[in-house]
Amino acid sequence: MAYSEKVIEHYNNPRNVGSLDKADPNVGTGLVGAPECGDVMKLQMKVNPTTRVIEEAKFKTFGCGSAIASSSLATEWVKGKTVEEALAIKNTDIVRELALPPVKIHCSVLAEDAIKAALGDWKKKQGEPEAAKTVEAASAH
Amino acid sequence: MAIKLPIYFDNHATTPVDPRVLEAMTPYFTEKFGNAASRNHEFGWVAEEAVENARAQIAKLIGATPKEIVFTSGATESTNLAIKGVAEMYREKGNHIITQVTEHKATLDTCKRLEKYGYEVTYLPVEKDGRINLDQLRKAITPKTILISIMYANNEIGTVQPVAEIGKIAKEKGVFFHVDGVQAVGKIPVDVQKDGIDLMSISAHKIYGPKGVGALYVRRKNPRVQLSAQIDGGGHERGMRSGTLNVTGIIGLGKACEIAGQEMVAESAKLFKMRERLRESIMSRLDETFINGSMEHRLPHNINISFAYVEGESLLMGINDIAVSSGSACTSATLEPSYVLKALGVGEDLAHTSIRFGLGRFNTDEEVDYVANRVVETVSRLRELSPLYEMAKEGVDVSKMKWQVAAE
Ligand SMILES: Cc1ncc(COP(=O)(O)O)c(C=O)c1O
Ligand code: FES
Repeated sequence: MAYSEKVIEHYNNPRNVGSLDKADPNVGTGLVGAPECGDVMKLQMKVNPTTRVIEEAKFKTFGCGSAIASSSLATEWVKGKTVEEALAIKNTDIVRELALPPVKIHCSVLAEDAIKAALGDWKKKQGEPEAAKTVEAASAH
Repeated sequence: MAIKLPIYFDNHATTPVDPRVLEAMTPYFTEKFGNAASRNHEFGWVAEEAVENARAQIAKLIGATPKEIVFTSGATESTNLAIKGVAEMYREKGNHIITQVTEHKATLDTCKRLEKYGYEVTYLPVEKDGRINLDQLRKAITPKTILISIMYANNEIGTVQPVAEIGKIAKEKGVFFHVDGVQAVGKIPVDVQKDGIDLMSISAHKIYGPKGVGALYVRRKNPRVQLSAQIDGGGHERGMRSGTLNVTGIIGLGKACEIAGQEMVAESAKLFKMRERLRESIMSRLDETFINGSMEHRLPHNINISFAYVEGESLLMGINDIAVSSGSACTSATLEPSYVLKALGVGEDLAHTSIRFGLGRFNTDEEVDYVANRVVETVSRLRELSPLYEMAKEGVDVSKMKWQVAAE
């Protein structure tokens, strides 16, 4: 299968690879997918508790090139956004931006799930009720 | 010597046509274009003579006689003809077929279709090394068993089955033995007499011949195997396979077999050395890499390695100037990891990280070094990106973690 230029570009120069301190109360961690399914995504965000702005985002992904690109793009997009704005990101936005073919849609779903899981974790740490949906956030395949 | 990119290390999928093969074929497209079935003029005789020459070349490579060679459109058709042809012909005698789980789809799906028509099929499991257990085979045979179909060598992991032993068991029990010889013929010594093979599928494009042509070996004595034709028509190939012969393709297959017979010993030794160089170069520089399938009973030009924590498709993308293939789900249309690796008991997590390297006649040591370096570089880079590698390094047992996977 041919990859879009944007997928290749993110794959070759992934943004924000790395990890943040899981123990930091301002860091939310989302780990979604499963090794048996061939994809695991870890997304971490550091959120300013007063402004609710995402100041830092890091990812690591085990998965295909489209999954790597989706998570790289997700970290780029969430940075500077508020928690609520970040939660509004839809996998379809990622599909459009990266021009993912239908078989790769689940890779973008994983990225959306990872954002929701990470912010759910952050809310829990902050003592906020998580939206019920975000607790369940997980991979689709 | 400068390396030409991209590099082709996917010789189990197909091989380039050897220039000597192409040269043998060429005149038969234009000036010698006759139909081998035209009995009454020079054009037909010339074509027929070339076809008969090819039949002899193929027979010689596998220890058969020319009359035992039936031409087909490839090994998929050969296997369909062998299995369905025996099943139909010997229906009175029994309805039971034995095969094994790591066969090519040509065999598995043919057997599945026969199950729909009331045949019973036993799919033997394989051991961790990819080989079947002979005791299990013996026990699986019943008075209703008419055919055993086991491949010579596997296309993903290169595992060579104990064919001669299976042949002996089949003979003892009076059961026909079909072999998918696609990956073995022309690569390692195959002899239908010594190996006790009754039917064998062969494909030209895996042995430096053209695509879309193959052959089925059908034993004519001790025992004589009869087949129900699956394609009806003009009664070509002694009624076993109608249709105007693919004269150029057949000449290519014949020439490819002739060359293989002359060069196999030297070529397999050369490829074995290159394969070992590749394996050592990669595995000495990377931790947590695992070989899939037996090392002892293995095609000399095959290696299949799992690179833990690195998903196969992303690895292929990183080495995009090299043609290899992966058992990862992400590379398959079905999003299922390789059923062959699963059958060996390779965990699904590792199946997703596997890469098959298939060396061939035209590869060089320089290419091996280039590929090894690119693989090591890319795996290292992707591991830095892998949350699983990070967890493993932190001492988390990834296999014992509870993953949240959504119900679909
Ligand atoms: C082991 C094995 N059997 C059968 C086949 C099918 O051969 P063909 O492409 O000639 O139909 C292949 C090749 O894909 C193969 O590797
Ligand atoms: S992670 Fe499997 S296809 Fe993208």
